[in-house]
Formats: sequence, structure tokens, C-alpha cells
Amino acid sequence: MSDHAIHLQLHVWRQSGPRASGRFVTYEARDISPEMSFLEMLDVVNERLTAKGEEPIAFDHDCREGICGTCGFVINGVAHGGQKGSTVCQLHMRHFRDGDELTLEPWRARAFPVVRDLMVDRSAFDRIIQAGGFVSVNTGSAPDGNALLVPKVDADVAMDAAQCIGCGACVAQCPNGAAQLFTAAKISHLAQLPQGQPERYQRAQAMVAQIETEAFGSCTNYGECEAVCPKGISIDFIAMLNRDFLKAAVRVEREARVAGGSG
Amino acid sequence: MKGVSSLVRTAVGKKALMAVSGLVLFGFVLVHMAGNLKLYQGAEKLNAYGEFLREVGAPVLAHGQALWIFRAVLLLAVGVHLWAAATLTLQSRAARPVGYRVATTVQASYASRTMRWGGVIVLLYVLFHLADLTLGWANPAFQAGKPYENLVASFTNPWVAGLYLVANVTLGFHLFHGLWSLFQSLGWNNPKFNPWRRRFATAFAWIVTLGNVSFPVSVLMGWVQ
Repeated sequence: MSDHAIHLQLHVWRQSGPRASGRFVTYEARDISPEMSFLEMLDVVNERLTAKGEEPIAFDHDCREGICGTCGFVINGVAHGGQKGSTVCQLHMRHFRDGDELTLEPWRARAFPVVRDLMVDRSAFDRIIQAGGFVSVNTGSAPDGNALLVPKVDADVAMDAAQCIGCGACVAQCPNGAAQLFTAAKISHLAQLPQGQPERYQRAQAMVAQIETEAFGSCTNYGECEAVCPKGISIDFIAMLNRDFLKAAVRVEREARVAGGSG
Repeated sequence: MKGVSSLVRTAVGKKALMAVSGLVLFGFVLVHMAGNLKLYQGAEKLNAYGEFLREVGAPVLAHGQALWIFRAVLLLAVGVHLWAAATLTLQSRAARPVGYRVATTVQASYASRTMRWGGVIVLLYVLFHLADLTLGWANPAFQAGKPYENLVASFTNPWVAGLYLVANVTLGFHLFHGLWSLFQSLGWNNPKFNPWRRRFATAFAWIVTLGNVSFPVSVLMGWVQ
């Protein structure tokens, strides 16, 4: 293994807590197997740090299969490290060369405060979902299969949007720190399906309003988000979000007048 | 945040207002460029066109009234466009108080990354342009009602001509991103016409830029005297 082992220099953002001031610390990562994932490489670095009595580098991770959306940080200015359609846990060291110098930074956004080192608090995303990213269902006996027919195309588009794992790379890479791609994916996957229709326009209004509350930035259609999205979610969904929101601006008011309330 | 007021209170709403005002301003620069092509038909035609713009709407409207209605609409569009751009830029700056040490662009176009400063350059240029060829403050040889002579006098100075060239290329980049971006902002998205959104933006950015750039170039080269 040591035959092709590589040696890296890491400049890592270290910050002991949300209120602490952080700084970059340089670590040498020696004898790294190209077969390791990026997170396994950090595990090795952390073991060595622990052995020396130093604090290990904190980073988020869970499934390590690229499907949970827990991991993620910025490597040399690119969220998840720049391998198309993958999270950082699925990025392998064979993509790096011996002697590479890597700068690791947490997602940078006011709405994503740093918890520690490379870990950020993404509960702003949870609150956007709580604002309207759901369908209200009265529980009872399960509905009959195929009672609600969904055209194949709609199901496919809904699935494309529903692939979002909420990792936050879109916000991290966006020069504006905007949460448009995430919110668009969540709004659009419900807007494609019949179950999503009753609350469709209230949902668009409520979730867009929550973006503002969470202090995210404003989308300027750079397209950086879709480039780093591990699930390849298209900015076409952002146009769908905009359309639903603009329709809602007119519709919700009409509904309020008809029903005597906001519904 | 409900109803029409959400248009001025959310970033998504402001972007829609930015798109609509941008569309108005695009319509203006397109017609402005097309009108100026009369330069190639000689002084008489261009000056007559200038006079026509003041006579539009007669006899219902008095001399110059229609022109002032157009100007009011344009001023409103400029105001909305600037207000949306300024507030959204501040919102986005505030959204990332701590930046990246290593900042990398993955796929954003040059045009998209220069929208803000490009817009400022275009604004400053428009102010100069008004002082130069509408009000005549910046043009020592200015004669009211003689756009052809004023234009030639202005562009004979290579510095002024150069400024027009740079500013119009900047405007071209601004249009290239803006004309595509407005479809996104207004939610005009459909797999059937999506490829045409980029083609539309590219085509009209080129048309406006080539037309506008040709005027100072023609005077500098002595094709128009």
C-alpha cells in the first residue's frame, strides 16, 4: 500500500465552538492510501492527532454512501471537492496527487453557523421544510393502490427533485449564499404530484418567506449550485419555484377573499 | 408574507420586478439601436427621426409629450431595476459574512459574475451619454435638434468613441446574462423552449452590441462624416 501512498498538506479551518474565533491550521497527511475516501483520510489524520493528544478535526458524516446528506465541506473552494454528482464521503483519494495542498473550509453562510471546525448547523433547512415542505394527510385506512393516477413524466420530474438530500452544498457554493436550489427541489417535488396540489401555493409563499427569515441570499442564476449538487438537481426547478411563488402572489389573495381567510 | 406585497418584500419577488424592468430597458436599448441605424441614411433622415420622436402622438399629444411619457416609463424601470439590484446585493453580501479563503468558480459565466459592476458601469455611461448627446453638457459642439452632427462631433474624439465602445461591450455582457436570467426569474421554464432561452439572449446581446459598437467605429473610420 505504501507503494502508491500519497502525501498531502491540509489547511483546515479549526474553530472550537460557535462563538469562538477560528483559524486555519496546517496538517501533514502522510502515507494516505488512494483507496481511501476523503473522510477515511480525515479519520487517519484524526487518529494521529488523538494519539498526539490533540483535538481531532470535527466534521459531519453519517452513511458514508453518498445518500444521507450529512457530510460536506469545501475543498479548495468547491463544495464536496468537485467530483461531479458526489458527496465528499464518496470522493476518493485517487483523485488527488502526491504533494497536493488542500484547503478545507466549512459551508460559509450566515444561516449555517459553524458548530465546530468543519461542522455547521443546517437547521435553517429544517425550518424551511417546517414552513410548508409537507402535505397534510388525514390518517386512516391506506388509500387503494392507483387510486391517484400520476403520469409517468410527472413522477419522473418529481423524483428528480426529490433526490435532494439537503446537504447544503448549493448554499455553500452560491456566491450569494442563496437557498434557492434546496427550496426549489422541495417545493417542486410536491408540486408535480396530485397530493401536493391543495397546499401548493401556500407552500410556495410560506417556504419563500422562510428563506428571507433565515437570512439566505438572493439567487442571481449563476448556476453554481447545480454544478456542485451531489444529486445533479437542475436550476430548472428554481424557475418552477419562481413561477409557483409569483402565481401564489395573485392566487392566495384571491383565495383569502373567497374563503374569508388565508386557507 | 402574502399577496402582491410579497413581490417587494422577498428576494424572489424583487427578482421578478428586476426581470420586468430589465425587459422594458431591453426593449428600449433595442429600439434605440435600431433608430440610430438611420445614421447610415445620412443627416437628414436621422435628424428627421429625432424630430419624429417629439412629434409622436400628435395631434392628441403636444410636441414632446409622448417622448416624456416614454422617459417617465424608462425612469421608473431604471429606478425599480436599481432598487432591486441594490437591496438584493446587500442581502446576498449579508448572507455570507465570512468568505472562503479559496474561492473557486465552477461554471458561472463571466457575464453572470460581472452583472453588478457591469450594471454600475452601464449606469455611469448612460449618465455621460445623456450629458453628451441629450443635454449637450459634455459636448462642446452640441446643437439642439441636430443629433447627426452632435454624434459625429462626439465620436470624432477617440477617447469618447473608446468609452462608447467599452460601455457597449459591457452592456452586451449584461444583456447576455440578463436576457436569459429573466426567464428563470419569471418562471418561464419549459423543456420545449428552454434551449431557445439561451439562444434568444445570445442573439439579442449580439444584435444590440454590434449595432451600438458600429456607430463610434463608423465615425472613427471616417465612413460616417
